[in-house]
Amino acid sequence: MKIDRREFIKASAALGGGLSLEFSFPLAAMAARGLPATEVNAWVVIHPDDRVVVRIARSEMGQGTYTALAQLVAEELDCDWARVSSEFASPNEHIRRKRIWGSMSTGGSQGVRSSQDYVRRAGAAARVMLVNAAAARWGVPAADCTVERGLISHGPSRRSLRYGEVAAEAAKLEPPKAVTLRDPKDWKIAGKSMKRFDIPDKVMGKPVFGVDVVLPGMLHASIAQCPVFGGKLKSVDSASAEKMRGVKKVVRETDFVAVVADNWWRADQALQKLRIEWDEGGNGNASTESIMAMLREGLADPKLPSAKRLGDADAALATAVKVVEAEYFSPYINHATMEPQTCTAWLKPEGFLEVWTSTQNAEASMATAAETAGLPLEKVEVHKMMLGGGFGRRGAPQDFVRQGVLIAKSMPGTPVKMMWSRAEDMQHGYYRPASVVRMKAGLDAQGTVTAMRVGIACPSILAILRPEGIDKGIDFSAVRTLNDMPYAIPNQQVDYAMRNGHVPVGFWRAPGLQNAYYRECFIDELAVAAGKDPLEYRLAMLKPGDKNRLVLEAVAKAANWGAPLAPGVHRGIAVSDGFGSYTAMVAEVSVSATGELKAHRLVLAIDSGHVVNPDTCRAQAEGNIAFMLGATLYQENNVKNGRMVESNFHEFRLLGISQMPKVETVLVPTGGFWGGHGEPGALCVAPALCNAIFAATGKRIRSLPLKYHDLRRA
Amino acid sequence: MLKLNVNGKIHQVDVEPDMPLLWVLRDHMGLLGTKYGCGVAVCGACTVHLDGAPVRSCVMPASAAVGKKVVTIEGLGKGGVHRLQEAWIEHEVPQCGYCQTGMIMSAAALLATKPKPTDADIDEAMSNLCRCGTYTRVREAIHAVAAKPATKKA
Repeated sequence: MKIDRREFIKASAALGGGLSLEFSFPLAAMAARGLPATEVNAWVVIHPDDRVVVRIARSEMGQGTYTALAQLVAEELDCDWARVSSEFASPNEHIRRKRIWGSMSTGGSQGVRSSQDYVRRAGAAARVMLVNAAAARWGVPAADCTVERGLISHGPSRRSLRYGEVAAEAAKLEPPKAVTLRDPKDWKIAGKSMKRFDIPDKVMGKPVFGVDVVLPGMLHASIAQCPVFGGKLKSVDSASAEKMRGVKKVVRETDFVAVVADNWWRADQALQKLRIEWDEGGNGNASTESIMAMLREGLADPKLPSAKRLGDADAALATAVKVVEAEYFSPYINHATMEPQTCTAWLKPEGFLEVWTSTQNAEASMATAAETAGLPLEKVEVHKMMLGGGFGRRGAPQDFVRQGVLIAKSMPGTPVKMMWSRAEDMQHGYYRPASVVRMKAGLDAQGTVTAMRVGIACPSILAILRPEGIDKGIDFSAVRTLNDMPYAIPNQQVDYAMRNGHVPVGFWRAPGLQNAYYRECFIDELAVAAGKDPLEYRLAMLKPGDKNRLVLEAVAKAANWGAPLAPGVHRGIAVSDGFGSYTAMVAEVSVSATGELKAHRLVLAIDSGHVVNPDTCRAQAEGNIAFMLGATLYQENNVKNGRMVESNFHEFRLLGISQMPKVETVLVPTGGFWGGHGEPGALCVAPALCNAIFAATGKRIRSLPLKYHDLRRA
Repeated sequence: MLKLNVNGKIHQVDVEPDMPLLWVLRDHMGLLGTKYGCGVAVCGACTVHLDGAPVRSCVMPASAAVGKKVVTIEGLGKGGVHRLQEAWIEHEVPQCGYCQTGMIMSAAALLATKPKPTDADIDEAMSNLCRCGTYTRVREAIHAVAAKPATKKA
């Protein structure tokens, strides 16, 4: 291990860098600075000059976990924040030390909320050990010592020691059996808008991403996979490609072809010249229409498993005064991370495999790399690079790591950096599932909902990525938000038709959030049918103290719900919990006489229990809104002849700066729980927007994207 | 052999004349701050300056840059930190950060021609795409720089 690292650093330095050492080679980087740093515990490393390095196990894709977790550790450690930095924990070391850093998975808005407890304990334990070390040196009771910002003092004797002076002794002590964590109301470092550690390098254009890896003698690869999902390679005529300048090898695998060359452009140019014959498998005729038919057939199935049964929905519907029914649809959508999928792999002569990749789950990358190479985990290292976007694409599916390692395996001893072209990335995703949902509600004479029956037809993400998670035919990510409504509706039945098709589906930012769109637009329909204000209608169905209620009230207040707006501007509202947090949104839109939609202002209220970095949480709210506006307005991935139609950003449009509305984020943390921020802000965007469009035009938007709807007032 | 002036230095590169400038910068000069996003001049992650004007280097043949001055994110601050980069740090603009170097290059070109851009000017000039949705802060940071008295530095 050590030899590999040192060798690499020498090589890298000879090339004039190419990698930020701090990110990838923490131990060696420390040694390179001269004085040895001390690992007080797995999370806390202290230098003699008091610099504190916090090890981070989760990935960083712009969500801020790399800084927020350091804030939590530093808070309990009680050190000088100005001297704190982060580094990624080594996945190889993680395995060898029996998974000492907990989970490395970074998805589901879990980064902070599901590691906050153990990282805070690690910070607190390190503090106790440092104090004990100082007390032992002085021969005084530790209880007589105090700590402030990394300075340990013994009042009675007026002595003090810095953390850096006692770290080496502290590391030899037994960790405390129990520690007391600070009350969040006393936080000095956590809970504040500390500047994110990763921003300066990103702004300066430092090579921090997976695609930026440079290694000695490294080659580049571009790949082509079967355009029809599930197809296999039949034959390749590479004669003309192999004659092209810079081309080193054409790699043939069961389901892809790669060209390896001395730069990426040459590899990609040669790839275009290959004459590839694919065995498309049985899916060459699939289309968006055939997938729609599959989903509709699912809804018609009389024997569907139920994801929820409460009371007797059918009986209550039969006696309802009014019945409202609607069918909604959302298309497949790609993650479209700005950095395409990438993996650099180097199979070393001594049988050690090194991988550099932009991954949301380094352990999953390790497992895929080891399995593909036929090596034990201990013989693999995954260097976690900064991600050029994740959104769920780079977590559970590790297809890019498998490919990168297969290519490296075919060229032992040579590091190869594989990067997908944009078209490859657009057409080989793990898409947000398309789904069709039918909802039927019964109202009594007062307009109160007495029954709701829901049918959901949606490909299962778990069936592809985690089949063991399917429970009696139910994939929770396909039914959530509809089978766990906070609304007091006495009779409910939610059925699920798992219809998978051949398009790979995956966890796409806030998996299942289509259901928030369906539910919250349908509730709006019911409010209209009942002749009630949509806010009041929702509040009447929410129990006192329900946090959904609290965020609805907070957003209504912040958006001045009910007060007059500028002429032509209309409001819509929505509420949804998810990923540990509670969110509500008010959208303000106008629609011109020609049907042009303008979103003026979106107000989001979010209760995440605690807030570790308010500015990062606001940034996530802004990001979620832009991400979902793009999806709601424009995005879809269609299937024709078994393959994806859209190939690049001209067909898969992202939101631009001119469409970005004013965003107001109201953080209303009520304490007592830990909710996420990476995804919850996405939940209410489509329904709040579409409900505002209804208010503006009288048109109910029951399918997305919006680009297909004529929004001129009926 | 092509002779290119990049960030004030002359480079001799042995590449095909039609190789896009982006790949010469990234794979031949090790200037990795300029990014590949789409390869078809839509997203702007590859934006560099050619004689001061913003260009999409993913579709610009390297030969078209001969005899002109190319500036990349690495050269924008002339060895220091450009005031836009300072503002980007101050306003915590990036999320993942992948598109941000191109974003900053476009903003620098905008400010060079319009030191006090309006929102409409920003909408028009900033055609760069960001998947993370940092647009609110991009706008704020540009306005913040425009509001400060210009220094000689950049």
